[in-house]
Amino acid sequence: MLFYTLRRLAYLIPTLLGITIVTFVLISLAPGNPVDLIQSGVMSSGISIEGYNEMLRLYGLDKPILIRYGVWLERLLTLDFGNSFLDHRPVIVKIWERLPATLILNLASLALASLLAIPLGLYSAVRQYSLFDKLGGTILYMLYSLPEFWVAVVLIMVFGVKLQALPFIGMESVDARELGFFPYLWDRILHMILPTICLTYGSLAYLSRFVRGSTLEVIRQDYIRTARAKGLDDARVVYRHVFKNTLIPVLTLLGILLPTLISGSVILEYIFSWPGIGQLFFEAVLSRDYPTVMGLSFMTAVMVLLGTLVADLLCAWADPRITYE
Amino acid sequence: MNDEQRAPENPGGGGGSPGYAKIVWRNFKRDKLAVAALGLIAVMFVVSYLAPVIANNKPLYMRWEGRAYFPAVGDLFPFNLVLRYPELRTLDYARVRDGGSVRRLMPPVCYSPYETNLSEKLSPPDRRHWMGTDDLGRDVCSRMIHGAGVSLKVGFVAVGIAVVIGLFFGSLAGYYGGAVDILVSRLIEVVMCFPFFFLILAVIAFLPPSIFNIMIVIGITRWTAIARYTRGEFLRIKHQDYTQAARALGASDPKIIFRHILPNSIAPVLVTATFGIANAILIEAALSFLGLGIQPPFASWGGILATAREFIEVAWWLATFPGLAIFLTVTAYNLAGEGLRDATDPRLALPER
Repeated sequence: MLFYTLRRLAYLIPTLLGITIVTFVLISLAPGNPVDLIQSGVMSSGISIEGYNEMLRLYGLDKPILIRYGVWLERLLTLDFGNSFLDHRPVIVKIWERLPATLILNLASLALASLLAIPLGLYSAVRQYSLFDKLGGTILYMLYSLPEFWVAVVLIMVFGVKLQALPFIGMESVDARELGFFPYLWDRILHMILPTICLTYGSLAYLSRFVRGSTLEVIRQDYIRTARAKGLDDARVVYRHVFKNTLIPVLTLLGILLPTLISGSVILEYIFSWPGIGQLFFEAVLSRDYPTVMGLSFMTAVMVLLGTLVADLLCAWADPRITYE
Repeated sequence: MNDEQRAPENPGGGGGSPGYAKIVWRNFKRDKLAVAALGLIAVMFVVSYLAPVIANNKPLYMRWEGRAYFPAVGDLFPFNLVLRYPELRTLDYARVRDGGSVRRLMPPVCYSPYETNLSEKLSPPDRRHWMGTDDLGRDVCSRMIHGAGVSLKVGFVAVGIAVVIGLFFGSLAGYYGGAVDILVSRLIEVVMCFPFFFLILAVIAFLPPSIFNIMIVIGITRWTAIARYTRGEFLRIKHQDYTQAARALGASDPKIIFRHILPNSIAPVLVTATFGIANAILIEAALSFLGLGIQPPFASWGGILATAREFIEVAWWLATFPGLAIFLTVTAYNLAGEGLRDATDPRLALPER
């Protein structure tokens, strides 16, 4: 296990380097050529003189490309992404401020999706071709094709505007902090309901189909037949023998789902005015705040990389065979 | 999508045994849902192509000062090729439509997607505006029909770009193996680390929003799945007898790749591409919804949804129709993709359905 962990960590290095290269290539796309800027007029290109000087300092745009990459990499080691064009605060500080909101939303969604998807998938696999399986499969399939931003708009329309039942702007009500602890908590929970639903149903559909598939594969194995042959009842077979073995592919999938979830939270955070990194990113893109765009692209990629690492290590822990590969 | 033209040819299929494309089509036909989905996609293509004669404020046919004109039909052809009447340039078609004095035949939806009418803004669906109007009084039904083309075009072209890139990297890695494979596999892993929406938005931040840039951005960010499948197929086919035989006969690398391996590895690529189109349509709609996609006044489904969000308290119809359209299109592509996957998978040659 230790050896596996070390090897897995060593694998991170080339990928991490690759991430820096891709981010750097993106930066080179920025309209940072001084001649261009002067010719097109600084204002019309959407960047101020200050912004331009900031870019010059950050990316050394007047130097050859390899040196630029080296300089930028050096800054990266200290997580220095420069200052935002918008409010001139360090990008990394802005990211740390916004990260918790996104993490709360994504973790809640991931937990909810797995809590619902695993029993759903297990049950429809055990009762394959039953009404539950067919109907559930169809409904989940339809859910998978529903665009989340549409669902969000419709849910806001119904629950937010028509019924006035749920809040749909931000993480908390304006005066929520003046209330006691429990009303405050309740307020936060209410604010989370709609965004969490929108973020979850897609991965729920995907995950439960996946659990069903991997359960069907496990059910056909010899050891399940043996378990049944020795007279174990259904519940025991499913829980002790089937469930544990379907868990491994599901763990891998959770790691893969992470980038999709973070992607989805950009548009949902925009719709629900959720103060997370998705919204920060969107604002940065709109205002051409390149340091923030680059810093966030890099940070989310690293987060995903770490997410897959955790998923892989969990897998190795759940299935010792993996470490003997 | 015409599977028969795209599917690989079977070298020995000229005579008695049916070709691969035929087998695939026969298997595909058995999946009624997939056939229906393919039908829906075909209908949408026809509708989006015929949009100018289905939804337009110009008449299909009219008599004007003793002559016959076909103004809407002229819109079908790009670059003002035919049926552009210079003498009608100053004619107000809306008045021709609303006044009863001119003999004319209007299209089924007699509003142009750009025709604003502030006195009728945000009016719910009725007999005249089947899907209501938006905040500028434009007919939503007309905008939906004209927006269909955008979705379909973006889906196809973006995935086309992704297929070219994916095939290139995938075949390179699968065929040559070794250092090339390691390099390409790392590249795929790196690209997959970026949450795709972040990557797409990051590129968009540097480019002016236009339909071409969106196609390119989706194409250059969504090729990884195709590359992975292609690589896998190449690894499998590389060691097959017929590839070895071709090599023994002295065939060059390009010839082996293009003539022998690629045609036999195209099936999973096509399946992935079909799912990719569904995905690209969703991405385009999302970008337009965020205001970073198709720019107004051009119509797009995502753009109509963005208006719905602005007027969320009143205009339910602005959310319902484009949402349904996106949903149906995406489902259709997903179902067609599943049908194609089942049809091309030899292990499922005779499924018990």
